[in-house]
Amino acid sequence: MAALLLRDLKLSVRAGGGALIGVLFFITVVAVIPFGVGPDLNLLSRIGPAIVWIGALLSALLGLDRMFQTEREDGSLDLMLMQEHPLVLTVLVKCLAHWIGNGLPLVIASPLLGLFMNMDEVAIGATMLTLLVGTPALTFIGAVGAAVAVTLPRGGLLVSILVLPLAVPVLIFGVSASYAAVEDPAPFLPPFLILVAITMFFAVLGPLGAALALRNADD
Amino acid sequence: MSESLAITKLSDLANPTRFLGLASRVLPWLSAVTAILFAAGLYLSFAGEGDYQQGLTVRIMYVHVPAAWLSMMCYTVMALSAIGTLVWRHPLADVAHKTAAPLGAAFTLIALATGSLWGKPMWGTWWVWDARLTSVFVLFLMYLGLIALNRAMDDPGKAARLCAILILVGFVNIPIIKFSVDWWNTLHQPASVIRMGGSSIDGSFLRPLLVMALAFTMLFFTLHIAAMRNEIWRRRVSAQRRMAARMAGDKPGLTTEMST
Repeated sequence: MAALLLRDLKLSVRAGGGALIGVLFFITVVAVIPFGVGPDLNLLSRIGPAIVWIGALLSALLGLDRMFQTEREDGSLDLMLMQEHPLVLTVLVKCLAHWIGNGLPLVIASPLLGLFMNMDEVAIGATMLTLLVGTPALTFIGAVGAAVAVTLPRGGLLVSILVLPLAVPVLIFGVSASYAAVEDPAPFLPPFLILVAITMFFAVLGPLGAALALRNADD
Repeated sequence: MSESLAITKLSDLANPTRFLGLASRVLPWLSAVTAILFAAGLYLSFAGEGDYQQGLTVRIMYVHVPAAWLSMMCYTVMALSAIGTLVWRHPLADVAHKTAAPLGAAFTLIALATGSLWGKPMWGTWWVWDARLTSVFVLFLMYLGLIALNRAMDDPGKAARLCAILILVGFVNIPIIKFSVDWWNTLHQPASVIRMGGSSIDGSFLRPLLVMALAFTMLFFTLHIAAMRNEIWRRRVSAQRRMAARMAGDKPGLTTEMST
């Protein structure tokens, strides 16, 4: 399992892995927003957490189709299906590796974008914290979509369409927790704890569904 | 005992020919009942007085509420068939959830459109991003995604199994829609027909609403059974076409004729 984790991590950071492309896409999306809404710093600081979250969501979707696609192409997916370890655990480890490779860089890049968006320190910290907790949920939900679409030749777009509706609750609570940290009357903890709950819920459901889909897709 | 009997009955239906026989017997009756219920429901809806506050726009309710109920029931039917697909590999369950998806999308669209039309005079806006409206919109997107996924794959069996997994994962949304009006403070009103301590709707509005709800439900089942029948026929036709193409492949002269 540890070997699988390391292997996936190495693959994701080396050439063609796409992890850095995800971060680049994230920065690009967020950088495009001021061109659309105008460089008004007050407005940007107000919508900042939402923009950063949406950027993270989009770039998390971007890397999803690579999750099982390359394994299927070089045949190692068949080995994973045949091994004695439960497939659910394998998928869970692959999700973790995918998150460390693709999700964590987004979290690390988010304070920089927070500065671009003229957010104050509390807002940046809250957004980073909610992203840290929320992006694993995106990976787990995305694993189901990636596994379902693994046999499709051009599944990338379809994966995004299938995954986005399910990712809406994550976005809602991630953004509302970030805002709650800044605006006084709203408490930070309830939406944050719901976000934690969503992540843990999908940590169970996601690998289960993905494993089932991979079993059904291989025939 | 009765449970095993029910299961045998269900597995009897796994034979598509038996289902087709049943469908051809049931469909005329279902269509007739649907037509009668719609006639009664529409008459009652238009005969009733307008609300003292909402005026005649209250009649939108008789379409909006049943369509919204049906949009959720359709997804539940799909989730049950998805379990049938994954657990029992019931071939009819594949057909059931494939054909239910467009119906569900249609009912959801009706609910959204009528709700929007109703919202303009009542709330003063076509659309608000409150929890109920957003979650129903997400449901609509999920229906469309499932249809797209099903169309994207050639092998119907595999498409059905993969869609079934996604349907079950997406079922998370249904309780969110149902309880969104209770959990969040929304512009959309909370449930008023089915609730603890009886309905809060006056009888003169409730009667047409229930008749219309029944009519919509029968309409769903009529359309669903008809769509399942069509899907089975479509699969037979495509299987026969494949067979014909294979046979024609043996004789070189015929292949060009088949492909044109």
